[in-house]
This record gives sequence, structure tokens and C-alpha cells, in this order.
Amino acid sequence: MDIAKIDQIIENHNGEESSLIQILLDIQSEYHWLPKEALARVGERLQVPMSRIQQIASFYKAFSLVPKGRHEVHVCVGTACHVRGAQRVLDTVQDITGIGPGETDAELKFSVETVNCLGCCALGPVMEVDGKHHGNIAPSQIASVLNNCE
Amino acid sequence: MTMLSSPEKLECARKDIVSRIDPTKPCISVCAGAGCLASGAAEVIAAFKTELEFHGLTTEVNTKGTGCPGFCERGPIVMIYPEEICYLRVKPEDVAEIVSHTIKEKKLVDRLLYVDPATGEKATRESDIPFYKNQQRNILSENLRIDSKSIDDYLAIGGYSALSKALFQMSPEEVMGEVKKSNLRGRGGGGFPAWRKWEESRNAPDPIKYVIVNADEGDPGAFMDRALIEGNPHSILEGLIIGAYAVGAHEGFIYVRQEYPLAVININLAIRQAGERGLLGKNILGSGFDFTVKVHMGAGAFVCGESSALMTALEGRAGEPRPKYIHTAVKGVWDHPSVLNNVETWANVTQIISKGADWFTQFGTKGSTGTKIFSLVGKITNTGLVEVPMGVTLRDIIEKVGGGIPGGKQFKAVQTGGPSGGCIPEAQLDLPVDFDELTKAGSMMGSGGMIVMDEDTCMVDIARYFLDFLKDESCGKCTPCREGIRQMLKVLTNITTGKGKEGDVELLEELAESTGAALCALGKSAPNPVLSTIRYFREEYEAHIRQKKCPALSCKELIAFHIDPDKCKACGTCFRQCPAEAIDGGKKRIHVIDQEKCTKCGTCFDVCPPRFGAVRKISGEPVPAPIPEEQRAMA
Repeated sequence: MDIAKIDQIIENHNGEESSLIQILLDIQSEYHWLPKEALARVGERLQVPMSRIQQIASFYKAFSLVPKGRHEVHVCVGTACHVRGAQRVLDTVQDITGIGPGETDAELKFSVETVNCLGCCALGPVMEVDGKHHGNIAPSQIASVLNNCE
Repeated sequence: MTMLSSPEKLECARKDIVSRIDPTKPCISVCAGAGCLASGAAEVIAAFKTELEFHGLTTEVNTKGTGCPGFCERGPIVMIYPEEICYLRVKPEDVAEIVSHTIKEKKLVDRLLYVDPATGEKATRESDIPFYKNQQRNILSENLRIDSKSIDDYLAIGGYSALSKALFQMSPEEVMGEVKKSNLRGRGGGGFPAWRKWEESRNAPDPIKYVIVNADEGDPGAFMDRALIEGNPHSILEGLIIGAYAVGAHEGFIYVRQEYPLAVININLAIRQAGERGLLGKNILGSGFDFTVKVHMGAGAFVCGESSALMTALEGRAGEPRPKYIHTAVKGVWDHPSVLNNVETWANVTQIISKGADWFTQFGTKGSTGTKIFSLVGKITNTGLVEVPMGVTLRDIIEKVGGGIPGGKQFKAVQTGGPSGGCIPEAQLDLPVDFDELTKAGSMMGSGGMIVMDEDTCMVDIARYFLDFLKDESCGKCTPCREGIRQMLKVLTNITTGKGKEGDVELLEELAESTGAALCALGKSAPNPVLSTIRYFREEYEAHIRQKKCPALSCKELIAFHIDPDKCKACGTCFRQCPAEAIDGGKKRIHVIDQEKCTKCGTCFDVCPPRFGAVRKISGEPVPAPIPEEQRAMA
């Protein structure tokens, strides 16, 4: 991990303590998780105790304190997707990857998350793999999508 | 970039922009909202650019990515101007034909037009499509007239004239008066009159005040705020600056969910453009009024949509609500008076100042003025964003605009108000939609999510779904909310998995009462989905508990799949596709499901050819014994 990069992120927010959440979001989007050394650096530069950083990192859903898999699978479980069968999509994803929501497999291939609404309800049920939407997806089509991931 | 240092300069710049627009020049507008992008709009835009280049038409034809017009169901949507031709579900493969036929030869591509399912008639223009025809799109209509990344486009349709009017022709009190006269109520949830918050803040003695846009749209199934911020960010910004002027604030925040990356990009861009033109920052339009605004990304916490939690998050802390004995309008962010309104509310402010309160109040009802945008989703033919005057009936929205329920299914309920709202049954469909009527029916307006459910939706499961959502989203500060939701969820899960017992419904009602003792609206309203489903669908609860039957055939633990031996044609489709290998079949052998192995994924039910319809769901009765081996051979 590159400490200079973390410093740069902190600089971008003028090292303001009130920007703590924004800084953590930037680190999360850079590394896809919050490495411990990065958090220590943030605490040191912003003069914020680690307890508060940990509280924020665990309170907000966008943050992960563990590394993520190479492929992020998001299953939308918003209400519109729910009434159109999102649970079956999630069950199938779980069967294929062997991991549940919030988990990452041992080979760091997949991370599975549920999301509360991707806002493309017309396509429900929706699964998003590495940012690409797969709309109106039937459980029987999921295996071929996931098998395409290296 | 010229600074617009006076209202005259603004008008000059506008005239200049308008004069450069040739209304006869063809323009291809493609919806670049998140919904259409998800169905491939970016590829369509790219295809148009390549195709126009190929024909050497890049200078003669404009292309732009606009905001969301709302008809997500038929996206990606392409509009061709000046003829206003509306093409639906356009794929990159269709682009060559559109360019050669419509742009060059001025002919229509028939198969991409809207076809009325009832009459079979085709509609060329957007205004001829029933989905649009039955709306009153005061706010949404601007979305597709502009390129969401262009301030010039916004200025061309009269943008920032409301701000100029407020700053130079009105005192802050007059602005406040106009908003008060319009009786604009907050579009984000509770429907609190906007002017009351404004007035309270303005009268607070503290000289440092803030104005805030709440774009933490967390209700699952609601995306109107995203469409507005993505599609027309300047209109929100303009409303916010007007509000700041009325309240006397010089700093503002826009709190956007990080799940809306395009909204974050577009609003940041709009802020930069407005700053470069002198519409933000010091001495706006030469009026002497200063105002700056900052974007704060939410990090994924539903509770942050609550005003005091959102303000705590703005301070860089964990977003937990606080008691509001002293309103946030008096003590908000860092204890300074803070006016927080929803995206749609701010968009309305711009229109009220520009067109007047009298114009605004001609729409809607006495208690709920203006229009409201709903996101109509779920089991509905036309999924999308719908803007209607307050007071229209639910039936009109669902049937006239939404086109009814697809697949010949029966309507069961419509859920409004997000996780804090409730389910409204068929019998109440003639209810006029406004803040007070929905509350009376046991639901609420909320931010405008409208989820339609049909006969296949289990109402007990819906209540369980919302509580499961709220269990994760409760911040945990108040015991009634934290524990109450957990306990209610436990009872509901028992009921949906066949472990419900007599007295569970009464227990839920009792728990609902105590959960209501929480601090913030999340906890207070958490029982709504449970109470409203009990109120209107008690018999479904009782069927689950007494007969272990799910009338909607949806709860996995209470249903079984069975192949009707008289209907099975041994085609092998289900046999091959069953992921659990639970189907025993073979050539000319009637297929049988092994109930022990079946995971109830429903694949067999989906894939059985409709002309056979051999697979059925059973609930509340024993599964018939498998047909004896000797009778399985087919002739």
C-alpha cells in the first residue's frame, strides 16, 4: 500500500476532520477496502482516534474492513426486484459462488453483496457484476454470467 | 467563460445562446439516465456518433445525452428533433437504420415506435403515448429538453431567471412569502411545509446558517431524486440558492448517496459551471449575495435520510438521529440553523419563484399543492417515473399511466412511502393521492416510491421484507426500534416459514405499539408495513398460521412443486434445467419431482412450456404421491 497515495487523498480534502467520511470513501474506491495502515495514517493526519474511525467504518455500508474479491457481484434486493423474484436470484448466486451476502470467497474471486436499490427497477430483478447490469435475469442464466469471470 | 455580473448580462448570455440554436437542425437525444444506461444507452450514443461520422453528418446533426424522461420500461429512449419522433427500446443495431431512414430520408422506423396495446395504433410523438399523455410533467419535462451536462442548455430554457428575479426583484421576505403562499410541502417524506422550516431558520439569531439538499434517496424502489439530480442538476442548485437567499444562509450542502455515481458527477459539474459563470460564490450576479455549496457523499446508511442523522453525517460522524425538541432549523449542522429539503422540493422552489405561487397552486389539492413525482415500479406494465398533480387517484396512476398489471394477473396492493409506508388494497384504489389521504389509509406519501403488487406477491412476506430491511438499517440507538424490529421480524419469519402460531398477529400488534416509541421516523414508522398488511390482509396471515398455506404461493417453506402426470409430455426441459437434479425423467417417461431433493428454486415452473403447464405450485395441502413406476411410460 502506498502511503503517499493516502496522503494525497487526505490533501484533496484539505486534511479537514469533517471530511473523514469523504476521505474513507476515496480510500475505499481506490483499494476496494480499508487497509489498516491507511486508517492509521488517516487517524494520525486528522488527529482522530481510531475508535471513531472504526465506528464510521463499521456503521456505513459502503466500507469494508476486509479485502474484496476480484469480481464484485451485487444482487439488487430493492422492493421492486424483491416482488419480481430477487430472492431466487440471490439463492442461485449463493449456490454457485458458495458465499452469502457480505462474504468473499477464499480464493478472492467473488464478493457477494446485496444492494437496496440500483434504481433501474424496470429491469428487475437485477444483478450487477463488476459494474455491468444484468437485467431481467432468470436464475437459470446466472451460471453463465458468473462462469465468464476469471 | 464570461462572468455574469448582472441580471442584464445573464439575459444577454441567454439571448446569445438561444440565437445560436437552430431549431430546424436535427438533434438526436438519447436518455442517459441510470436506467437507460443500464439497458445500453451508452452503446447507443456511441453508435450514433460513429454512424453520423460515417455519413459525414457530424456537423449537421447534434447528438446529446439527456436526463431521464421517465419511461424506463421502454429504454433506451431516443428522441429525434425537430420532428419529436420518439423511438423506444433502441439497440445499437437499430442506429444505422435510424440515421439512414429518419435523419436522411425523413421516414419513420415503424418497429421502434410505441404501439398501444389496446388499439394496436402506433404513436410517433411522445405526447401521443398514454404513459406521458396522462401526466402533468411540470418538473420532469425539463429533463429531456437539456443535455444534463450543459449549463448553456439550462440557460436556453430560462435557467437561473428565477434566481435573478429573486435577487433583484424580491426581498428575502417576499421570496419566503411566495413559498408560503404556494403551500409547498416537503417532497421527501413527512410533508412538512417548507416555509415553516425556512421561517424558523431565518428568525433564529445565529448569523451562520446552512441550507441542505437531501439527496440520500434510500427508499428501495424510489429513484425520482436521482433522475432530477442526474438530469437537471442546475434546477436543484438554483432552488437551493434561492432558498439560501430567503433564509440568509451563505453555505450549503448537497448530500448525495455514493450509490448514485452519475448524480455525484453531474451535480459537481453543475456547481463548477455555475461558479465559473458567477451564479455561485461571491457576489452572485452582482447582487452582493454570497453563497457556496459543497457536495457530501453518503456512505450507505438509510437512516441518514433522516434530517438530524444526515446533519451528523455532514459533520463527519456516524449518522445517528438525535431528539428534535429543538428543530434542526434552529440547531442543525454544528449547531447552526440548517434548512434541509428534499431534491424535488428544491426543484419546485425554482418553479414557484419563476412562475408564481398562483401558478403552482392550480395543480393539486388544497392541502397538498403542486405535482408529485412517483416511481411506479414492481408488477406494472409501464415501470418508470410519473409526475401527476396531487389528488389524482391511485387507480388513475396505476391503470391510465402505468398501463395496469402485466401478464393478465390480478392487482393485489400498492405499497407507498417506502419502508415506512404501508400497503393499500384494491378497495382503496380510488383514494386521492395526497399527503393526508395516504396517512389516513395507514400508509404515507414518503418520497414517492409506488410499488405495485399482484396476486403472486405474499403480503406477509412483504411485511417481513421491509422489517428485514429496517433491521439492517436501524442505527441501534433506541431500544424500541433496535429490539422491536428484531422481534417483529422473528415473528414474521416464523409465520412465513410455517412456524407461526395462534396469537402471533396480536403479538405483532403489541410489538408495533412499543416500537413506535423510538426517537426518529425510522423507528416510529417501522411498524407501518406490518400494521397495514394486517389491517387489509389479515386473512393471509391467518392462512399462513392456521393452514400453513401461502395463498400467493410465494413463501418457499410453505409451497411444493408438483408435475401433473396428466399434463407432462416428458419433453425433458425441466429435467435438464433443474439445478438440484431433483427431477427424475427420461424419454417418454412422465417426469417426477423428488420432494426431498427439491430446493424450490422454481426453475421447473418457469421453464415448463406454457402449452403444457404441467408444473404447479401447491400450498396448504399434501403433495400427491408420485405416480407409480409402471404408469410412467408414455405411449
